[in-house]
Amino acid sequence: MTGIVLETKGLKRRFGAFLATNDVSLKVERGARHALIGPNGAGKTTLINLLTGVQPPSEGQVFLEGEDITSLASFRRVKRGLTRTFQINQLFTDFTPLETAALAIAEREGIGHNLWRSITGYGKVVDEAAALLDRFGLASVMGERTGTLPYGKQRLLEIALAFASKPRVLLLDEPAAGVPEDERHEVLAIVSDLPSDVTVVLIEHDMDLVFSFASRISVLVAGAIFTEGTVAEISADPRVKAVYLGENV
Amino acid sequence: MNAISQDVTAMTASSAATAEGRAAKFMKRRNRIRFYEILVWVAAVAAIFVAPTKLLILTEIAILALFAVSLDLVLGFAGIVSLGHAAFFGLGAYIAGLIALHFIAEPVVGLIVAGLASGVLGFLTSFLILRGSDLTRLMTTLGIALMMAEVANQMAWLTGGADGLGGFTVGPILGIFEFDLFGRNGYIYCLVVLFLVTMIARRLAFSPFGLSLKAIKGNPMRAGMVGVPARRRIVAVYTLAAVFAGMGGALLTQTTSFVSPDVLAFHRSADLLMVLVIGGTGYLYGGIFGAIIFTLLKDWLSVVTPQYWMFWIGLILVAMVLTGRDRLARWIEYLPERFSRKEADR
Repeated sequence: MTGIVLETKGLKRRFGAFLATNDVSLKVERGARHALIGPNGAGKTTLINLLTGVQPPSEGQVFLEGEDITSLASFRRVKRGLTRTFQINQLFTDFTPLETAALAIAEREGIGHNLWRSITGYGKVVDEAAALLDRFGLASVMGERTGTLPYGKQRLLEIALAFASKPRVLLLDEPAAGVPEDERHEVLAIVSDLPSDVTVVLIEHDMDLVFSFASRISVLVAGAIFTEGTVAEISADPRVKAVYLGENV
Repeated sequence: MNAISQDVTAMTASSAATAEGRAAKFMKRRNRIRFYEILVWVAAVAAIFVAPTKLLILTEIAILALFAVSLDLVLGFAGIVSLGHAAFFGLGAYIAGLIALHFIAEPVVGLIVAGLASGVLGFLTSFLILRGSDLTRLMTTLGIALMMAEVANQMAWLTGGADGLGGFTVGPILGIFEFDLFGRNGYIYCLVVLFLVTMIARRLAFSPFGLSLKAIKGNPMRAGMVGVPARRRIVAVYTLAAVFAGMGGALLTQTTSFVSPDVLAFHRSADLLMVLVIGGTGYLYGGIFGAIIFTLLKDWLSVVTPQYWMFWIGLILVAMVLTGRDRLARWIEYLPERFSRKEADR
């Protein structure tokens, strides 16, 4: 069951003359709790965008389970078990949370193309959507318009939505940002409860969360991997602290 | 301690069960029949008896409504703007005319063949609208419609060119119902087709497919990230909308026994967008309400001010745009949703 599940080789992404991702070769082991940290503008989100196909890389390749997925569209990567959350909520504001979750589950089950049967007819999908929302504390607002929900609830839905796809590799882009303090640990607890063969890559600024959650940490600086190691190694590394405080190394 | 943990498990299980029950109710509520839906169809049928002298304009409304429901599938659900929907309407109109002229006078066959032909055109051109922004799509669809109009104009040996296509008579519907002078059977025929198409569109709207279309419209990036194959869905809905639009064109040909080159004209596509601006998009009945208001308004204005009615229509459009598109699209929400209100909060 072990082995490399997600890998990049020489990944580069240019925006004009700016190199947002600079030759990133990353290996993520199956079942890892892998954190990506780095100062603002280090290219963490860009890297996630490249991994999930939201943006194409300028150079380099992405491998999932050893297969080259560099040119696959996002939805095909999701079908292969790779999904993500967004740093800034990307939700369907006109949908209710229930519709949102039902949509993701329906697509996962491969019934999204059915244009004749009403969703009501898929009892299992609706039940699962309800259970998922309940788990994220969203059951009470399941019938309201997503756009009118308070930010914290929307944030929880953002994460719940990624769970609906039952990913094998889950990329979390600052999941706790904007989640109220008391619900923050709940979110991370749900993430920690994922089966151990589900791989999680986490971008996070809250170092306490990173150190308590991650097993391995990669530090990204100016688009490139600065250093990588276990929690103990990274937390003891004086250069990492320096990078975070904006000092030159 | 064990008892406590069991209690907690039971509690979470029961809260999940409650959630499931509520979810099922919400989903049922979502596709229940709305008050205005019944109103529309009852009024449409009542019109046959109440307003027997107005059936020609009612037929016009029914055809425009069918055309608008078709565009709403593309615009209101998938969020694809089009300034060239008349391409499908016009093709359907010509196909129906040619079939009546050369092959078979019975209209239902013509209706189906016209729909299929437009569907093929819709499928082929759908690949051109997959990429690009709203502006690119407006230009592409407009270009396709203009090309179709020019082709019809140039192929005078087949289409009659600028003179239009005439000289055919449409036989009785299904071999039984003759088109009468007052347009009674013609209206019923159009109404039945409109009803069937709207019911098909309604099923589609509440299916997983319909939900995924709205997701593509709402947030294409996230739609991809929950596994929605956006391009395939857009091709499918665009093709289906083209079928319906082609049937609308066929109805026009069959109820007037004539195909004017006007069926492919730009103003037809533009008027159609206006119909949806008036009626609102994304809930299917916007096309029907919009068609009623637009046609009656046009009819009334062209009587009151024969020279300047277009000015007034334009002014009303400007006023509507200034009021805000969102507010317009939502006016339907202020109508009562159901007969008994109490049940909603249970």
